[in-house]
Amino acid sequence: MSDVVIQTENLTKRFGDFTAVDGITFDVHQGEVFGFLGANGAGKTTAMRMLCGLSKPTSGEALVAGYDVYKQTEQIKRSIGYMSQKFSLYEDLTVLENIRFYGGIYGLTNKQLTDSTDRLIAQLGLQNETKQLVGSLPLGWKQKLSFSVAVIHKPKIVFLDEPTSGVDPITRRQFWDLIYDSSHQGITVFVTTHYMDEAEYCNRVSIMVDGRIEALDTPTRLKQKFNAKTMDDVFYQLARKATRVES
Amino acid sequence: MVAVSNIVKTYNKGSVKAVNGVSFDVKQGELFGLIGPDGAGKTSLFRILTTLLLPDGGNALVDGLDVVKDYKTVRGTVGYMPERFSLYQDLTVEENLNFFATLFNTTVEANYDLVKDIYAQIEPFKNRRAAKLSGGMKQKLALSCALIHKPTVLFLDEPTTGVDAVSRKEFWEMLKRLKQQGITILVSTPYMDEATQCDRIALMQSGNILSIDTPENIVKSYQQKLYAAKADDMYALANDIKVFEQTASVFPFGEFLHVTVKDNSDATALKSYLQQHGHNNITVEQITPTVEDCFIALMNKP
Repeated sequence: MSDVVIQTENLTKRFGDFTAVDGITFDVHQGEVFGFLGANGAGKTTAMRMLCGLSKPTSGEALVAGYDVYKQTEQIKRSIGYMSQKFSLYEDLTVLENIRFYGGIYGLTNKQLTDSTDRLIAQLGLQNETKQLVGSLPLGWKQKLSFSVAVIHKPKIVFLDEPTSGVDPITRRQFWDLIYDSSHQGITVFVTTHYMDEAEYCNRVSIMVDGRIEALDTPTRLKQKFNAKTMDDVFYQLARKATRVES
Repeated sequence: MVAVSNIVKTYNKGSVKAVNGVSFDVKQGELFGLIGPDGAGKTSLFRILTTLLLPDGGNALVDGLDVVKDYKTVRGTVGYMPERFSLYQDLTVEENLNFFATLFNTTVEANYDLVKDIYAQIEPFKNRRAAKLSGGMKQKLALSCALIHKPTVLFLDEPTTGVDAVSRKEFWEMLKRLKQQGITILVSTPYMDEATQCDRIALMQSGNILSIDTPENIVKSYQQKLYAAKADDMYALANDIKVFEQTASVFPFGEFLHVTVKDNSDATALKSYLQQHGHNNITVEQITPTVEDCFIALMNKP
């Protein structure tokens, strides 16, 4: 097996008497496209926040890009990219300004910044839009640009939180082309989605129910295991067993 | 029940065209879906039909009432659930429902039958403040509040966006039961797989309607033969099919690639091409398109 870039053991987070994440144990390998699924309130966001070094676990262990989620959160933040479902580039900056701003924040040198800016603009076909305000771009382009910005510093891992919500069907697929390209360059992609067809595009998928990981395997094996035709069926079989009410 | 004629809506002094002359009708008791991605114009249309926005052009009738001239009457008769939760966070579940009933000069008791099915699921939490509810419970409360005055037409703006697949299924079951009670429902969604739950749908993109029909007829009107292809190495398969000269289009759909070929010919050439390129366990089968296939085909139409 290739290098492990995320390793968790009994990772747990409690808020008062509520156990949001309940002892999850799993590994993610370098270059993998890892689908992190679960019903609303299953604990996905809390788990992701711990892995990004934004929230301290209550107990358990986790290493992200080799760094400890308790003590080395700053190193973790430097080794990862993050894209939220809510568009988070600056609408009143141009395409070019956004790329240079985020590249700068991620610590690229001027030389690296110039190189990666050119590469990124060419890859997205945005040559004619570099001086346009990001706010004026169609949503699909914004999402593709956000993704490219999230990997501009060639992170070990990129976390994508429902990146394709509300995006049209063609752009949604172009977005997955970008994901595959990054994964082929060795970037690990950790992605959540409510589109069950997208679960099929992942190398492996985990499904969280009530704070625990109830299933983790390749889409093909999960479908075999649950005697299901689609990932939608698998998800339905597992998630409808959820007993807790999200908070 | 709803008659929309050539509605136009622009923002920023005309520079942003949100709705470009859209027309459609919704019949009494119909479950009608506006299906499209963000930016299609769904919310603008809903806000015009519920009298919260003035159109720049065209007109619309809801239950025979003009949404501009008769706006006050329209407001009293329609139910509207916006995409963003907009109940009073610091009122309890029960207080919210009572408040909305009172606003519309009615009582919870008078129309309890209509909301019973939905409200019963959150009634155990009736003393909880709305802010403390889960997403799914908020949604049920919002739906109950939109229904409590027994509206003629119910407008639901993206009720299932960001909601997990299981809760989405439950929500559509609720809508179908409401429909059986004779309520006309307009619902919008970016999820193409939900289209088949509607009686009729309008596929929307960038302010235009691409097609309006029943989901079955939209699927039937798909012009091409559509093939689902699969092999061991899907990444290589996609790249090979993309550069095959006979390929007209190729898009990933779950575990398959959906492929159309030029001149609408059969898949013999495609199969032998894939064999020549060393793919293993190839399957290529003709399939019935989904609404999403149709949407993609309509988007690509010049």
